[in-house]
Amino acid sequence: MTQLPPIPEGDLLHRETIRGGGMWSKVIGRGKTLRLTDLEGGANVGLLLYNALERHERYNMPDTLKGQHIFYLTAPYCLHSDMGRLLCSITGDSSGWHDTVCGCSDAKLVRQKYGEKTYEEARNDFHRNGRECFLIELAKWGLSEKDLVPNLNLFSKVISDEEGALSFDPTHAKAGAAIDLRCELDVLVVFNTCQHPLDPNPQYAPKPVQLEVFRNAPVVEDDPCRLSRPENGRAFQNTEVYNRLRF
Amino acid sequence: MLTESTYEPAQAVYRHTILAGDRWMHVVRQGQIFRIHDLEGNQAADTLIYDAHHPDDRYSASDTIQRQGKLYLTTGSVLYSNLGHALMTIVADTCGRHDTLGGACSRESNTMRYALDKEHMHACRDSFIRGVQECCEHHLDKRDITCNINFFMNVPVTPDGRLTFADGISAPGRYVELRAERDVYVLISNCPQLNNPCNAYNPTPVEVLIWDGDR
Ligand SMILES: [Zn+2]
Repeated sequence: MTQLPPIPEGDLLHRETIRGGGMWSKVIGRGKTLRLTDLEGGANVGLLLYNALERHERYNMPDTLKGQHIFYLTAPYCLHSDMGRLLCSITGDSSGWHDTVCGCSDAKLVRQKYGEKTYEEARNDFHRNGRECFLIELAKWGLSEKDLVPNLNLFSKVISDEEGALSFDPTHAKAGAAIDLRCELDVLVVFNTCQHPLDPNPQYAPKPVQLEVFRNAPVVEDDPCRLSRPENGRAFQNTEVYNRLRF
Repeated sequence: MLTESTYEPAQAVYRHTILAGDRWMHVVRQGQIFRIHDLEGNQAADTLIYDAHHPDDRYSASDTIQRQGKLYLTTGSVLYSNLGHALMTIVADTCGRHDTLGGACSRESNTMRYALDKEHMHACRDSFIRGVQECCEHHLDKRDITCNINFFMNVPVTPDGRLTFADGISAPGRYVELRAERDVYVLISNCPQLNNPCNAYNPTPVEVLIWDGDR
């Protein structure tokens, strides 16, 4: 696994660790990059993205897949919105595969897989699920069930056979794997660190991730994400028009 | 899995042809049988499904994929909502595979996928927006338009993670039939896409039929 280049101290804006079964949401402005690192191996980050100023513009799974003729994400691919624009581009990735289709867990799935563990019994180690974490964080930004769309599952690898049957690769998520998401719009980032819904581990064992935000260099004409597909080049143009007119 | 239906069009309680590029929204009651009939072959019927009483609860591509552990839809597939409820079940299918990943075309995504000057072309997302604005008392809007099913479309994924747009596997006269597991609104955009070879650049009509399903 090739490590991502270290972040120059002068560019670093923020660093924190999110525990397993945790949740987080903030707006990250264009021109900044979010780096997420799987500290121990086996992490999963359920991620949703919205245009921070027009929150009905959101990450769109089909346009991301169709626009790049792919079923998973890695560098130098992009995360498309439903408006022909880009929310983020993946400028670095030492993981190699991030799931785009399997969604998140819910209370019933977590109860069936891991049993019941209440707050009263376990205090802050009680069992959380992906959908509830999303709904809690979304509500803080005025969003709700309507805004639950297929999310990304960073660090999780799920492959399809020829018949479309899915299988989860439990050996994929390695300690130290990291992904850089460069924000191309002002992006509302919402995520939780609950286990992937297809994770075969019978234990409730969500893993922590480290989160860093740093200033990135301006996007240049021969940027690898821009050149990775002609579709991405046009989506960059649409995004630049939006930002030029708005700001 | 190819399975024929025993329902006769002459016995249908509702029958309507959706012209190429048009939209259609209608309630299907719990237990009723709903058929989409690909009249001329390889026409994408982009379909959204809402709980008729609580439309925030609607078809979810990721819940459907996750809960059946499979990307494609055919006989036996259950279509799940974002809150985990079964909305409809496919009970007959003479096509064999339907797409959950390709989503709908939009004027904005046409600029990204094909060329910046395609923005003027009529697209499914605009049909969906007018569909939910006009045809439903719940005052739905763009936020209610999520990832849809593409009946009769074939978008295979390879084990190494490529997405391919294969030739259609549908043909004139093929159909898919669903049983409503609760009262639902079905919204169809009969796709007007003129840039994609999968329909030979020629959008065609589809027919929808509903039966009372007590047999
Ligand atoms: Zn379309």
